[in-house]
Amino acid sequence: MKAKMWAAAVIGLVVAAMTGCSAPKEGAGSAGTGTQTLTVKGSDTMVQLAQAWAEEFMKQHPDIQVSVTGGGSNTGLAALMNKGTDICNSSRPIKDEEKDQAAKKGIDVQEFVVARDALSVIVNLSNPISELTRDQLKDIYTGKVTDWSQVGGTPGRIVLNSRETSSGTYVFFQEHVLGKGVPFADNAMLQPATSQIVQTVAQDKGGIGYVGLGYVTDKVKAIKLKADAASPAVEGTVDNVMNGSYPLARPLFEYTAGAPSAVAQKWLDWVRGEGGQAVVKRLDFVPIK
Amino acid sequence: MSKPGHRWRSLEGVIESAIRVSGVASIALVILIFAFVLREGLPLFKEYPLRAFLTQRGWQPTLSPPTGPWFGLLPNLWGSVLVTAGAVVIAVPLAIGAAVCLADVAPRSIRDVVKPTIELLATVPSVAIGFVGAAAINPLVKDLFNLDTGKSALAGSIVLAFMAIPTIVTISDDALSAVPKSFRDGSVALGATRWQGISRVVIPSAAPGMIAAIMLGVGRAIGETMVVIMVTGNAGVLPDKGLWHAFTHSVRTITGTLGAEALEVAYGDAHYRALFMLGVVLFLITYVLNFVADLALNRKPRRALQ
Repeated sequence: MKAKMWAAAVIGLVVAAMTGCSAPKEGAGSAGTGTQTLTVKGSDTMVQLAQAWAEEFMKQHPDIQVSVTGGGSNTGLAALMNKGTDICNSSRPIKDEEKDQAAKKGIDVQEFVVARDALSVIVNLSNPISELTRDQLKDIYTGKVTDWSQVGGTPGRIVLNSRETSSGTYVFFQEHVLGKGVPFADNAMLQPATSQIVQTVAQDKGGIGYVGLGYVTDKVKAIKLKADAASPAVEGTVDNVMNGSYPLARPLFEYTAGAPSAVAQKWLDWVRGEGGQAVVKRLDFVPIK
Repeated sequence: MSKPGHRWRSLEGVIESAIRVSGVASIALVILIFAFVLREGLPLFKEYPLRAFLTQRGWQPTLSPPTGPWFGLLPNLWGSVLVTAGAVVIAVPLAIGAAVCLADVAPRSIRDVVKPTIELLATVPSVAIGFVGAAAINPLVKDLFNLDTGKSALAGSIVLAFMAIPTIVTISDDALSAVPKSFRDGSVALGATRWQGISRVVIPSAAPGMIAAIMLGVGRAIGETMVVIMVTGNAGVLPDKGLWHAFTHSVRTITGTLGAEALEVAYGDAHYRALFMLGVVLFLITYVLNFVADLALNRKPRRALQ
């Protein structure tokens, strides 16, 4: 018994030593003749997406080392101007002032749309409401409106469902619907997963929730959204997201300082090609084509 | 081989010191964990005032300045206290009743089937219980009390009570069974009825063990994460319309906040620190609970819970 244990320990050690030694060797092998590096920095919404891209991309291009960091779109754009990153992820378009600022430094910022982010607003099947304006949605989620009759529905309390604060969807909704720095109503329930939002809205007559575009099931009703009272009500479909008419969607960007380098170009081509867009779909964003 | 006595004595010494080391190590480990959590949490107050942590009524870590972020302890603490208190109110009478029944009333054949079954309940993974809670208890609570949504402190308490009951029943039953038969015989000899014997002799004798059982059950309830995330709705609300209103509406617990946010937070920023401070508070609560349970256990030595 004891002898067996010793043998196991020794084998374990040897195996550990062998893998420990061989791993760096492999790395050194591919690194040998000039590994190229690419830094991607910016939007927190896009961090997971960019990391998933990097993993896939590096599998296919073992000679390129991609490092992805978050920090927010602002941080990314600032880094881009200071040549602190090769590629900047941004969940908002660059502002004109920022472009001017860059131009003064002699940098011609190039913009690439790499994915889209879109949300559906869902309500209970028994709810007669079929459309809301963006302002109504904001009033509902800030707690200014608490009863469905205030937005043209049948009387009944509105039960707010939201994603957890760590979710990019939560941040998107907060920034895009409520506005930066505007708090959610404190009785908004923060659900740990999209499936929980769907389940709760399916159970509760007064329920409302927001989920990624692909998550609407036949247990809940997705409503049409209007950018403002005068605009047409638009259904949340991939087509409407792509033609820009759906209000609860935004493009996600990558920026480079000047024309992309050869490595950056490889990255951008791949990201916007089939491989990259498959990852976009997998992470519940909307592809660009 | 020639001096087996000597050999055993030296082995005994090794074992003894090994036990001493593991004893000290387990204490050191607890202290180290607390120190680590505290070290990660305390720098929060360089960026975010302690006063705001203690008085802010909201928890919205991603809210942009100048309004936010909000790291309020209160809604989290209130949710944990409410859900746990509710679980105790539901679980204790049921569990103590079941334990008394098992130990003193039920015939052997029933006891042999029921006790292992109850113990088996304790092994169901909490995520499975949470799933059942979200799919079954939430709608049930909603319909029974005619609420807007079943996601509530009440639903959380029911599911947590369900999880605490096996612990309380098993340990209470052990405590009750440890009461010597002579106590029961004595009360019968003095002309007491069975109920008088149970309520005035057996239960008081086993009380320290039963209190410890309740504390352990409560400990499980307050530390439970997955279930409360799934059934309480996680809205960080402080009560403003009375206790029952609060109980039938959504709450956010400390464990829920930690479970939902700890994995996604950026290392070292204020949000990360705030989560660790919540951890410190949770640690203190469970420490006090365990301490109280320990006091109860040791109050009357040589009784119950061997």
